[in-house]
Amino acid sequence: MKTVPVLVVALVPTSLALAVAFGSVDLGPAQLADALLGRGDEIAREIVWGVRAPRALAAFACGGLLALAGALLQVLLRNPLADPTILGVSGGAAAGALAAMLLGVAAAGLNLAALAGASIAAGAVFAFSLGRSGWNPYRVLLTGVALASGFGALVGLMLSLAPSSQVQGMLFWLLGDLSPAGDPSAALLVLAACAALAFSQSAALDALILGEDKARSLGIAVKRLQTIAFACATLATVAAVLLGGSIGFVGLVVPHLLRLSGVHRHGVLLPLSACLGGSLLALADTLARTAAAPAELPVGVLTAMIGVPVLLFLLARLR
Amino acid sequence: MLKAEGLAISIGGRELVRAFDLTLAPGECWALLGPNGSGKTSLILALAGLRSPQSGAIALAGTALAAYPRKEIARRIAVLLQDEETDFWGSVLDYVMLGRYPHSRSNWRRDEEGAALARRWLAELDLADRAAQAYRTLSGGERQRARIAQVLLQDADILLLEEPLQHLDLRHQAQVMRALARCASGGKTVLAALHEPGHAARHCGFALLLYDAGRASLGRSSDMLTQANLEALYQCSLEAAGTGSFLPS
Repeated sequence: MKTVPVLVVALVPTSLALAVAFGSVDLGPAQLADALLGRGDEIAREIVWGVRAPRALAAFACGGLLALAGALLQVLLRNPLADPTILGVSGGAAAGALAAMLLGVAAAGLNLAALAGASIAAGAVFAFSLGRSGWNPYRVLLTGVALASGFGALVGLMLSLAPSSQVQGMLFWLLGDLSPAGDPSAALLVLAACAALAFSQSAALDALILGEDKARSLGIAVKRLQTIAFACATLATVAAVLLGGSIGFVGLVVPHLLRLSGVHRHGVLLPLSACLGGSLLALADTLARTAAAPAELPVGVLTAMIGVPVLLFLLARLR
Repeated sequence: MLKAEGLAISIGGRELVRAFDLTLAPGECWALLGPNGSGKTSLILALAGLRSPQSGAIALAGTALAAYPRKEIARRIAVLLQDEETDFWGSVLDYVMLGRYPHSRSNWRRDEEGAALARRWLAELDLADRAAQAYRTLSGGERQRARIAQVLLQDADILLLEEPLQHLDLRHQAQVMRALARCASGGKTVLAALHEPGHAARHCGFALLLYDAGRASLGRSSDMLTQANLEALYQCSLEAAGTGSFLPS
C-alpha cells in the first residue's frame, strides 16, 4: 500500500493551493497567478497573501494537530472512539472562552481564558490518571468524559444567560470556526514539534498495542512513553482549540480513514494523520468560506457533514 | 544467570510462592509445572521484572534486576505472555518484527537484517507463507507460533515462557519444544510453564514444581517427574494411558 502515503502527501499542496485559489472574492486565474508572484493589483495580493494564505495554513495546522492528537489518544487509550474532545480539554477551553465573551473581554483575553480552561481540564485528567505504576486508560477516559460533560453544562448555562447579541459568536466558537484564527505560525510550530516528538516514539507505540506488560518486556519504559504521548496529544489539542474552537470529527475520523486504507505502523500513521487532517480541514474551511459567500459557515459543521459519510462509506466497503 | 533468593509472591492475599530460591544457568531448560492458580504466571512475571515480588531478591548476572533499564532487560530476558491484546492490525511479519525493538536504532531505515531473521523464525515455525498476511486473520495456533517467533527474534539469553504450547497441535507442540531445547543447548536459558509432563520429561533437563500451598520443589526432570510427584502436584491419581496417548517422535 504505497499509493496511500503518496496520495496523502500530494493532497497537502493541492489542498493549500485550492484554499488560496478560492474565496468570497472571485479572482481570475491570471490575477491569482500575478498575486501569488507578488505582482499586479495590490488588493488581490493582499487577499492572497494577507488573508487566504494565513487562513489556509491556520486550517492546515488546526486539522493536523487534531488528527495527530486523535491518532495518539486512540492507541494510548486503546479505544477506537477516542478523539481530542475526550480529554475534556476542548470543553475546558470552550467554557473559558465563553466566560470571557460573557464578561466582554477582548480577543487576546479570550484566548488566554480558553487556554486557562484547557489547562485546568488537562491538569485534572493528569492528576486523576497518573498513578505510581503508570497511566490508567480507564481513569483518563472517565475523567475526560466527566469533565467534558461538566464543562458542557457550564457552556449551556452561559449560553442561556448570555444576551442574544453574543449567542451567535458563542455558537460559532462552539461549532468550530477559523475566521478569528490570525497568525498561524505558532500553531504550525506546535504541529511540527508534536509530530516530531510523536514520530520519535512511533516504534514504541506499535509495541504498546500488544499491552503494557508485553511492551515492557520488549524494553519500553511504558510510563514514560505514555506521559510523552499524552503530553503531546494534550498540547496539540490545546493549540488546535485555541486556533479554531471545538472543531469536531477530524481527530476521530482521520486516523481511522488511514487505518482502513491499510496504514498501521505509527511511523507512517502519525505523520500521515497530520498531513491528511491538515489537508481535509483546509479543504473544509475553503468550502465553509465559499459555499454561502459572503456569509461563512462554521467549519466544524462541515467537517462532520463530510466526515460522517466518508467514514461510513469506508466501513461499508471494508466489511 | 538469573537468580532468585527468598522470593515470596502473593496475589489477592493468597500466598503463591514462599521463601523460594532458584538459579537459572545458561544452557538449562526448565519446565515449570503446577496446577491452575499455583503461581506459575506470577513467578514468570516476577522473574521477568514485570511485577515486583512481596519480598526477596532477583538478580540478573549478579546485579539486582530492578536496577537495569527496561531496554537492557529486554535484550537479556524475553517473555512469552499467556494473554495479549489482540487488536494488532499489521501483517504477521510486522508483528514478529516487534521482537527487534530492543535491538533497533533507527525509525527511518528498514531493519533488513531483522526482517531476514524474522523470516527465518517464521519458516522454522511453519509460518513462512503467512508473513504478509494480516496477523488478525491467523488461527489461534498460528497466532501462538507467531508470538513464539517474536520471542525468539528478541534473541535474549533468557527465555521465560508462559504456556508456549497452548492452542498448538501435536506436531507443532513438538516443533516448539525442539526449538526451545535447541535454544538451551545453544547456551540460552529456557523456563517454560507447561501442562504436559511428557514434553517436559523429553525436552527439559530440569523441572520446577509449584504446589498449591506455596510449596515448591525443583531438580532434575528425571528425579522430579515421577508418578508420585505428579499425583501430589495435580491432586489426582494418574495411570499410564494406553492407546490414544502419543507424543511425536
